[in-house]
Amino acid sequence: MKDKSKEVEVEQKPTVIIETKTANLFYGSFHALKNIDFEAYQNTVTALIGPSGCGKSTFLRLFNRMNDLIDHVNISGKILLNNKNIYDKSIDVDELRKKVGMVFQKPNPFPKSIFENVAYGLRVNGISDSGYIEEKVKTSLQQAALWNEVKDNLKKSAYELSGGQQQRLCIARALAVEPEVLLMDEPASALDPISTSHIEELIFELKKQYTIIIVTHNMQQAGRVSDYTSFFYMGDLIEHGSTKQIFTSPKDVKTQNYITGRFG
Amino acid sequence: MKSKKRFYEFLVFNIFRIISFLVVGLLFVILFFISIRGIGVINWEFLTSMPKEGMTQGGIFPAIVGTFCLMVGSMLFAFPIGVLSGIYTNEYLKESRFKSFLRSMTNNLAGIPSIVFGLFGMALFVNKLHFGDSLIAGSLTLGLLALPVIIRTTEEALKTVDMSLRTGSYALGATKLQTIRRVVFPIAFPNILTGLILSMGRVSGETAPILFTVAAYFLPKLPQSIFDQAMALPYHLYVLTTSGTNMEESRPMAYGTAFVLIMIVLIFNLLANWLRRYFGKKVKM
Repeated sequence: MKDKSKEVEVEQKPTVIIETKTANLFYGSFHALKNIDFEAYQNTVTALIGPSGCGKSTFLRLFNRMNDLIDHVNISGKILLNNKNIYDKSIDVDELRKKVGMVFQKPNPFPKSIFENVAYGLRVNGISDSGYIEEKVKTSLQQAALWNEVKDNLKKSAYELSGGQQQRLCIARALAVEPEVLLMDEPASALDPISTSHIEELIFELKKQYTIIIVTHNMQQAGRVSDYTSFFYMGDLIEHGSTKQIFTSPKDVKTQNYITGRFG
Repeated sequence: MKSKKRFYEFLVFNIFRIISFLVVGLLFVILFFISIRGIGVINWEFLTSMPKEGMTQGGIFPAIVGTFCLMVGSMLFAFPIGVLSGIYTNEYLKESRFKSFLRSMTNNLAGIPSIVFGLFGMALFVNKLHFGDSLIAGSLTLGLLALPVIIRTTEEALKTVDMSLRTGSYALGATKLQTIRRVVFPIAFPNILTGLILSMGRVSGETAPILFTVAAYFLPKLPQSIFDQAMALPYHLYVLTTSGTNMEESRPMAYGTAFVLIMIVLIFNLLANWLRRYFGKKVKM
């Protein structure tokens, strides 16, 4: 495998996990994503920013093929995960979604117990060993920094948790199936400031093991949690670079205007 | 100006109130009327013995048994088929002309007069398939009648399940079938049961569809198999009121029959409501 050689030089050049080459997406005749070239590196957090309707959420959904669920969507170009085109005919979408987990804007736990929420991904992927499931539920909840709050109430309904706890439960649920990449679509936008800071701390911990791509409307959040930032505007990827560079010396005037709050 | 506005507010609100009280009141009048006249003949013998003396004496046991068999039989047939096709139209079928065609046809089916179902049931089940006048022919005919209600309530129940739960499930690598089976259906199931309740009530009271397919004027014994004819409460009520051997004397029996019919519907509703709550609790909302 070509990847081997890359892993050796990980010190100098980060490993590319996700990559797009001239990715285009149409909703019917609406050109929502235009010729996008993008890279995300192993164990880093990439923030996708831009005004509402700029295509950042649509772009995020390319990577676990959630756009497939919408009618009249047309996608072209290459979208690669570990150098493999995930839109290839040979790709099993359900397998792909195991590797690329997702956390949504609004916490969406299932109307099941806390335990069953986390076990769900394992069960649908054919795992029935109850010892393994119990262990995995525990470690996933620990990783999502929720274990201590729920360990005595695993049988309680997930709906009895607070919004912030529900979102961490959804993160635990995604982690249980051992993804390589974690997609987060404004994961803190429906939460209060304390829950938000919990999630942000969590993201910081999680990037040690996962590659994270996060959509956010909150500039400070992007600045705090991400290593790389991509600025989207009207379906174009205007600028992509290290978060430090984007926030301190943006090359494009649109990026600068957006970051300084002049529009968006 | 202000008092005029207030007056209209007061007037309209009270019109609404009076009308809705009238509707509920009417229901109670019917129940009261039937109860007053029917409850007097209700006793253990009336519920458990065969009709005697040209149906002016004895009980209505065979009609109760017949109606019960028809309710269960028609649901055994219509509930699974209705639920599965509801799942298909709501979960699998994409928005298209075909889908709206299917929808409007389901609605049309619900609007077909029940006597037409009876005629169709006779032509298909009784004659063409040689079931004869039988419980199976009657159950299938009543089942057809109940199908549209079950399909529609299933669709409506599935529609109330939040889309984000489906996407959440897909995002974990679940297939569509797994998502439906483990997430969507359990949430929708209590509401789907409503369809079952509604159609059981309707099925138990229908006379026209059973007229040509199963109902007997009088039978000296209970049905022994699904290919036997049976008596049924609504038809028995019709017989007692319009074509009994001595209508004046059998009038109290008719009210008793009506009372029992209403009670059966009521009991089934309560049972189904209880089931609904039971399954609702299993889903941890």
